[in-house]
Amino acid sequence: MSRAGEAATGLAGSRIRARRLDAGMAQGELARRIGVSPSYLNLIEHNRRRIGGRLLNAIARALELEVAQLSEGADGALLARLAAAAAAQARPPAAPEEFAGRFPDWAAVVDAQARRIETLEAQVAALGDRLAHDPELSASLHQVITSATAIRSTASILAGGEALDRDWQARFHNNIHAESLRLADSSRRLAGYLEVPGDDHGPTALSPQEQVERFFEAADHHLPALEGETPAMQPEEIAAEAPGLDAAARRMLIHRLAQYRADAVALPSEAIGAAWSETPDPLAIAARLGQPLERVLRRLAALPAGLGPPRAGLAVCDAAGAILHRRPLDGLTLPRGGAACPLWPLFEALSQPGRPLRATAKLPGARAEGVSCYAVASIAAPAGWNAAPRIEAVMLMLPQEGGAHDLPERAVGPGCRLCPRRGCAARREPSLLPRAMTGEGGQALTG
Amino acid sequence: MARRVLLIEDEPNIIEAVSFILSRDGWTVHTHSDGLSAVARVRAHPPDLVILDAMLPGRSGFDILQELRGDPALRALPVMMLTARGQARDRDLAMRLGASHFMTKPFSNAEVLDRVRALAGG
Repeated sequence: MSRAGEAATGLAGSRIRARRLDAGMAQGELARRIGVSPSYLNLIEHNRRRIGGRLLNAIARALELEVAQLSEGADGALLARLAAAAAAQARPPAAPEEFAGRFPDWAAVVDAQARRIETLEAQVAALGDRLAHDPELSASLHQVITSATAIRSTASILAGGEALDRDWQARFHNNIHAESLRLADSSRRLAGYLEVPGDDHGPTALSPQEQVERFFEAADHHLPALEGETPAMQPEEIAAEAPGLDAAARRMLIHRLAQYRADAVALPSEAIGAAWSETPDPLAIAARLGQPLERVLRRLAALPAGLGPPRAGLAVCDAAGAILHRRPLDGLTLPRGGAACPLWPLFEALSQPGRPLRATAKLPGARAEGVSCYAVASIAAPAGWNAAPRIEAVMLMLPQEGGAHDLPERAVGPGCRLCPRRGCAARREPSLLPRAMTGEGGQALTG
Repeated sequence: MARRVLLIEDEPNIIEAVSFILSRDGWTVHTHSDGLSAVARVRAHPPDLVILDAMLPGRSGFDILQELRGDPALRALPVMMLTARGQARDRDLAMRLGASHFMTKPFSNAEVLDRVRALAGG
């Protein structure tokens, strides 16, 4: 989000101050060189005046920097994540803004590591869960322990040194033999079960959903092989050829690809592309092309560049709010694992399937532009007589740039832990952000 | 008259070994392998002590323990539970339900004898 051309807002002043101090230049000297009063520069440096493009250019020249180094700070989401990463430490360092402004590459490393840690923690928790609750694992383990118990007890009778008649001795020898065979078998089964499956390529530390997501990301969410009247490939073929998927991910991918194909048949890219360029309103397109809105929303996030919206994000969830599928919009996406902000229209749509919703979602902090959201929930699968239906909600996210947008505004957040909003009625856990970033209510549940 | 132990366990080789060491120690050992009918068996011929496996066909040892403790006549009967899962959760559950002792498999014979003597003597 470069604003270098017009005006730098946010914390450009802090960056100017840091860079000036780096250069060892007095405030008065810089003020003189750019032709403003020292007190005005002081206000700018403390982020109390917006700074125009021309002045920013002059400062950049005086400090021998690129304009972008002053105008483009770390975005708010990155700062929030840095602050959260810091908050996880026993002695959290202060001033993430300064860190991100001065060492953007290192800040990106810290951010990437923090995300990786979060992913790994979730995986460890999942594995721990599996160890504790997996019925197959616990059955094999039980079998091993049972055999070990019988062998230990029997062997210690034989080794005990007390006189045993020949019959008992023979019986116990037989029992040990039989148990040792059972033990060999059950321990082999246990070892096999704990082994990483051999038919998978590459490290599959990712969950099946993450693998599917990665597949769609790599394809930029558009699959030419499934488009057109006679598609070049079948979903099963694509899934079979996709690298780095385990069996579970492959099954999920086939399901998603089949849906993609059905969407592409009902809404060929040229038809929906033409409708979009005429009226960029998903509901109008749905009515005009005679297709359900959820399909239009999914399709608008799967069109090639030049046909639909230039940039689009998508999120799909089930009735429990679990994110099933997603396409980030410029890095913005809904977190998995129940950590998402409940205020997204996606979740509201669940309360009344069939009712289309639209809103401008506003995130806290530096991300000043809103995100146009279009959401609807629908019955995703015919359930059979008297069976509970499977509900799925879909939300299309489009960036708002320039121009007026008449969608009602709605405050949403990046998830409670990273959210600075105080006094939010939807807050379910305290923010991890330091008080400086949230105002005084950072640690309070409701602000 | 010899004191009587009822061993409720479904693994034949464990039954044989434990029965042997207890018999040799002077106990009369009865065994029972089915979870569903275990409580009825205890009621029919109350022993001096019960050794109860946690995982039995038909019914869990924890359920059996709970029912035994719900019967005023059996409330004081010493019950030693055996389990192949040593988790704190299982131990807590057994003790909450009123087990007299909790032993994790694989156990040592000497440990079993010591405990049985202590529980029945006390």
